[in-house]
Amino acid sequence: MNEEMIKTTVFERPKSLIDTDMHYCPGCGHGVAHRLITEVIDEMGIQGETIGVAPVGCSVFAYNYINVDFSEAAHGRASAVATGIKRVLPDKFVFSYQGDGDLAAIGTGETIHTCNRGENILIIFINNGIYGMTGGQMAPTTLENMKSTTTPFGRDASIMGYPLKITELVAALPGTYYVTRQSVHKPLNVRRAKKAIQKGFEYQKRNKGTCFVEIVSNCPSNWKMTPVESNKWLDKHMLDFYQLGDLKVPNEKEA
Amino acid sequence: MKKLMKGNEALAEAAIRAGADAYFGYPITPQSEVLEYLSREAKRRTGMIVLQAESEVASINMVYGAAGTGKKVWTSSSSPGISLMQEGISYIASAELPCLIVNVQRGGPGLGTIQPAQADYFQAVKGGGHGDYHLIVLAPSTVQEMADFVKLSFELAFKYRNPVMILADGALGQMMEKVEFFEQEERKHIIYDWATTGKTKERDSNVITSLHIKPDKMEEINIHLQKKYKEIEENEIRYEEIMCDDADYIITAFGLVARICTKAAEMAREKGLKVGVFRPISLFPFPYEQIKSRSGNIKGILDVEMNAGQMVEDVKLAVNGKVPVEFFGRMGGMVPSPDEILEALENYIAGGKL
Repeated sequence: MNEEMIKTTVFERPKSLIDTDMHYCPGCGHGVAHRLITEVIDEMGIQGETIGVAPVGCSVFAYNYINVDFSEAAHGRASAVATGIKRVLPDKFVFSYQGDGDLAAIGTGETIHTCNRGENILIIFINNGIYGMTGGQMAPTTLENMKSTTTPFGRDASIMGYPLKITELVAALPGTYYVTRQSVHKPLNVRRAKKAIQKGFEYQKRNKGTCFVEIVSNCPSNWKMTPVESNKWLDKHMLDFYQLGDLKVPNEKEA
Repeated sequence: MKKLMKGNEALAEAAIRAGADAYFGYPITPQSEVLEYLSREAKRRTGMIVLQAESEVASINMVYGAAGTGKKVWTSSSSPGISLMQEGISYIASAELPCLIVNVQRGGPGLGTIQPAQADYFQAVKGGGHGDYHLIVLAPSTVQEMADFVKLSFELAFKYRNPVMILADGALGQMMEKVEFFEQEERKHIIYDWATTGKTKERDSNVITSLHIKPDKMEEINIHLQKKYKEIEENEIRYEEIMCDDADYIITAFGLVARICTKAAEMAREKGLKVGVFRPISLFPFPYEQIKSRSGNIKGILDVEMNAGQMVEDVKLAVNGKVPVEFFGRMGGMVPSPDEILEALENYIAGGKL
C-alpha cells in the first residue's frame, strides 16, 4: 500500500511556526496571518533563506512565532531595514510585516520610497484601522465616524483627516509589481490571502519589484467586540471602504 | 603614492579600500562628496552597494538592516542629518551592530550654517539618542587620518560589535591634503553566528532586536553593554601629545583645532612660553588618565574648541581641580586663528587665571 494513502494528518502546525502561546488577543487576525506566512515558507522550502522584519505595534514580537531570522525595526522603518538587508543579501527572501500605524503613519515616507525604488521585498500590511498595542487610538486607516480612544465621538474627517488608502497609493508607483488587498475573516478569504503571500514570495524569487499584500484584519479588543462580532463588522464596514481584490497584477505572460 | 584629495573623498576612497559592503546616505553640505565619490567609484571597483536613501532616517535604518547581516556597512552625514539618525543609532548600539557613522560637523544649532564646527561633541560622546549607550568616537585632524580612521573604525566596530563614529568637521571634509592610502582589501563574506543571514538547521533563528520587554532582561542587556564600554575604555584610548614633556601650559583640543593650537604653541615657544598640545583622538573612550598624569607638572590648561565648551567638561573631570582649566572657543562655523588662541592663553595667564 502506498504510504501517501494511509497518511491521516490533515492539519498540523507549520514547521516554521514556533510552538508557543501567542500574545495576541483571542480572535485577532495576526495569528492567522502568521500561520499563512509560515505555511508558504514551509511549502516553498525557504525557511533557511528568509529574513523577516518586524514592526513596532502588536506584531512587534512576530519573531517569537515565525521561526526565521528576524530584524526588529524601529517604528515605521521596517521597509528601510528590509531594504538594507535585501541590498546586501539579494538572494535571500526578505519580507516586512507591518501594521497600519507603522506602515501608513510614521513610516509613510519609507513605505512610498521603498515601493518606488521597487525593492525586491514582500511587504505584508495588516490593516485593522486602529492602534492595537498602545490601546486603541486612531490609526491612519481608521474609518470616518469610527470610534477610537482618540476619536471618542468618531473620526471627524474635517478635523482628523481621511482614512488613508495607502495600498491604492503604492499600486500607482512604477516600482510595485504585485499589489493586492485580502482579508482573513472567512475561510475563502484565508485561502486567497495565502495565495497572495505565496505570489509575493514567488515574484521575489524572480526579482520583479516590490510586492505588497494588505490584509484587512480585525481588532476585537480595541473595537470592543467579540471576535465573531468584529468579523461581521469588518465584513460590513471595513470592506465597504477597503474593497478586497488585486490592485495591480503582473502581466501573466511576462510574469 | 600620495594623492591630493579632499577629506570627504578620502573617507569614501578609504571605505572602498577597506572592503566596505554597503553605504546608505543622503546628501547634506558639507559632506555630499562622500556619496558622490562612492556613486562614481564604488560599484565598479568592489561591487560595494551605494544607495541614496530618501532621508537620513531611512539611511540609518538601512544601515541597521544591513549591519544586522554582518556586512561592513556605513553612512555619513553632517550635524542636522546626524540628529535625524539618533533614534536609529540608539537601536544599533542596543542591538550591538558593527557599523561606521561619519559626522562631518557644521555649525548649529538648528539648520545653522554649512561652515565647520565641533558642537556635536556632546551628542557624539555622551549619547545623543535615548538610553545608556556609547559609540566609539574617533576625531581625525588630517585628511590622512580621515582615511586611516575608516579602516580602524571598521576593525573596532567588529571587534566590539559596536557602532563607531568618526567625528570630523566641514573644514576637514572640504580641504585638500596629501594622503597615502592602504592597499585595497578584499570584501569578505563572513557568516557570523549572530547575524541574520538565514536560519540554518544547526542553530535557532537569529533575531536582531533592542526590545527586551522584561525589565530584568533589559537590565541584563545594560549591564552587558556597560561591561563592554569598560573594556573599550581599558583598551582603545588614543591620543597625541605635542611638545608636552617640558610644557608649563597645555592646550587641549581635538580634530582640526588641535593643529591650529599646535601653531599657537609654536608661536608661544618663540616668545619663551613653554606650551604643549594634548589631542584626544578617541573622544570615547576619553583619555582621562593621560590628561590627569600631565596635570602634575604644569601650571594650567587651556581647552580650545569650535563650540561653546563641550570637551572642556571632560578635561575638567580628568584633572579634577588639580590645575586650572580655562576655555577658548569660536562658534557657529567660525574657525579660531593661532593668534587669537595665543592671545587668549596670554590673557588668562596675565589675569592670573592660569
